[in-house]
Amino acid sequence: MQFTSYLQNSHLTIALTGEIDHHSAKQYMDAITGKIEAYVPETCVLDFQDVTFMDSSGIAVVINALRQMKRLGGALQVTGLMPQPLKVFLAAGMNKLVEIKEKVL
Amino acid sequence: MKFENYMILEFPSRSSNEAFARAAVACFAAQLDPTMEELGDIRTAVSEAVTNCIVHAYPNDLGIISLRCRILKENTLDIVIKDKGVGIADLEQARRPMFTTGGAERSGMGFTIMESFMTSFSVTSIPGKGTTVHMRRRIQKRK
Repeated sequence: MQFTSYLQNSHLTIALTGEIDHHSAKQYMDAITGKIEAYVPETCVLDFQDVTFMDSSGIAVVINALRQMKRLGGALQVTGLMPQPLKVFLAAGMNKLVEIKEKVL
Repeated sequence: MKFENYMILEFPSRSSNEAFARAAVACFAAQLDPTMEELGDIRTAVSEAVTNCIVHAYPNDLGIISLRCRILKENTLDIVIKDKGVGIADLEQARRPMFTTGGAERSGMGFTIMESFMTSFSVTSIPGKGTTVHMRRRIQKRK
């Protein structure tokens, strides 16, 4: 479980990696919670471009981050979803709750 | 039921076995020459079913998860994932999207995802005895 994060003008980007399943989800949840608490951003972007697999545990990670950002009055976006994670994201109806942001190269 | 090939695996309900189960079924499914998307669907459904056993079936201890795959006619992968755990008292409720008994860390979307990613899906359960998930995925024949 590895992740990187950077803050720019109250936009916090957190880049996740690898496979997000029940085994790894808790660590991701805690790491994301910690970063959002530390930086209190207006927007948090979860970058999935290095996530190779995700099941509904990954959905729970996103929902958790969404709840936290809502409590702060901020917004959550996701970006970089590869085909399999994207399919799970859409099957769970998450596109209705969280904006999928196009990558700006 | 005639089948051309099969495999049976048994492993304890450790979360570190979730990735193993996905990989094992994907390896077995390779003989059907699936596309990346088909493989992704299968891996996801297996991950959901195995995770349910780990999270719900054996809450106080480790238990056994058994996984059986068969290759059926018409390029179909048949998967049965079984536990001898606590079972599900209300199956209709359990299958409702977003319903979970697993707390804030779970999304309650496992059954919904299995149902939408596989060609067919069924779950049976006896409280106190265990739960069986039975799903199939038809793989498109490629030229």
